[in-house]
Amino acid sequence: MINSREVLETINMISNENLDIRTITLGISLRDCCNPDVKLLSQKVYEKITGVGRDLVKIGEEIERDFGIPIINKRISVTPISLIAESCQGDITQVAIAMDKAASELGINFIGGFGALVHKGYTKGDRRLIDSIPEVLVRTGQVCAFVNVATTKAGINMDAVTHLGGVIKGTAELTAENNSVGCAKLVVFANAPEDNPFMAGAFHGIGEPECVINVGVSGPGVIHSALKKLSPEADFSQVAELIKKTAFKITRMGQLVASEASRRLGIPFGVVDLSLAPTPIIGDSVARILEEMGLEKCGTHGTTAALALLNDAVKKGGVMASSHVGGLSGAFIPVSEDAGMIDAVKCGALSLDKLEAMTCVCSVGLDMIPIPGDTSEHTISAIIADEVAIGVVNNKTTAVRIIPVIGKTAGQQVEFGGLLGGGVIMPVNKYSSTVFAKRGGRIPAPIHSLRN
Amino acid sequence: MRAVITVIGTDKIGIIAGVSTILADASVNILDITQTTMQELFTMIMLVDISNANVSFEQLSSRLSEKGDDMGLKIRIQHEDIFKSMHEI
Repeated sequence: MINSREVLETINMISNENLDIRTITLGISLRDCCNPDVKLLSQKVYEKITGVGRDLVKIGEEIERDFGIPIINKRISVTPISLIAESCQGDITQVAIAMDKAASELGINFIGGFGALVHKGYTKGDRRLIDSIPEVLVRTGQVCAFVNVATTKAGINMDAVTHLGGVIKGTAELTAENNSVGCAKLVVFANAPEDNPFMAGAFHGIGEPECVINVGVSGPGVIHSALKKLSPEADFSQVAELIKKTAFKITRMGQLVASEASRRLGIPFGVVDLSLAPTPIIGDSVARILEEMGLEKCGTHGTTAALALLNDAVKKGGVMASSHVGGLSGAFIPVSEDAGMIDAVKCGALSLDKLEAMTCVCSVGLDMIPIPGDTSEHTISAIIADEVAIGVVNNKTTAVRIIPVIGKTAGQQVEFGGLLGGGVIMPVNKYSSTVFAKRGGRIPAPIHSLRN
Repeated sequence: MRAVITVIGTDKIGIIAGVSTILADASVNILDITQTTMQELFTMIMLVDISNANVSFEQLSSRLSEKGDDMGLKIRIQHEDIFKSMHEI
């Protein structure tokens, strides 16, 4: 009746290899909260979030206890605020403050959805919302912002890309006292998924139901440990097989927790996001998995191929373990949140250019990268343009979450704290992109977007 | 409802007695026990039925974990489903 080997394998994954559920994210529609009076709108937003999310943390903790698996974050994503605040004329930061208050009340650590979808163009409300982002990220603690500036279908809104360069720089300056950490709560997307449970880019898309439970799994440590046991002579077919099998097991945990959370909360299950999400703690690194495949340091030649194999094998293993897969579903490479990536940057093995190449084969993009504080807003816009172009042309999600750390230069150390980690400021290209970044307009959708 | 109790640590006298006493007091029925020593580590795994338990899962879990602390062992109780879902299709 008991298979000791299986029981001990599961326990070992949890206690020694950092297997955990990274997040249970409750998506809530706020479309019924619209009101022209910003005070009433904010009040409705607060009441809806605290009402629907009332039991999220309690149930999450119960599941942790009953199954003995850590659930690191309980979070909430909401309808993009640009949509519900479009007809309201007041100070939009009040809505974000109401979201923040609701998050504190519920005991969750982040709430996502303060954002806009402007891949083809702006409405007046979109522009107002994007302009308010720096102030919102300073005045709130738990609110995360996003802007979708490109899709494969619509192309790239270069006006928005130019705008966002300034918004990121503005946020960095306003939070300069804390290493410009406000920028860690802002994601610029191409092809943003509507059901992503991971922060800072989570929002409850317009095709989503009234409310929904999405779960993000983790487990780089488990895959790393499994690969360590493989002989160095094992070929890549064997490596891929092993990752698939391990990803299957990890994802089954996610599916179990998602079904349980859905049942206990009485809220429909949405998706399991098959992402390998690292944390700064030792033994929870995606970079170490790549190195285990035979690379001296993450970032050296071969890294992109290793990551492509990893990303594909995780999906193939995970997809059969879950009834619905969605969100970002791919390995994450957030530099400051991954001990192996931090080491690789420190020793000069991993550059911004290599990271850009790596984002072609995995999710999500240039993530949690500290860059010099004197980087111009036009250079930031050009970095965004490059990254979203990869997403648009390859029909995948890409994103940029970079942090120009005010007062710091390339090579200096920076600490953001907690799950956000820290690391070394990475240099950017010193040549100007100003004329490019200021050109504006739209980069047309690629020819292969015309599939009908 | 069934749960799996695992005891991991250095072997010593009274482990089974200690755990069984807690279970008997809580009206928890033992369905199966296996015991092995792997890499000098003593491991005991018990499958139990907690349907008629007279204490909450939380209380049972903390009693077992306290017993483990007393004896220098790690004692966990987890719903059976976590193992079934990971290893069975």
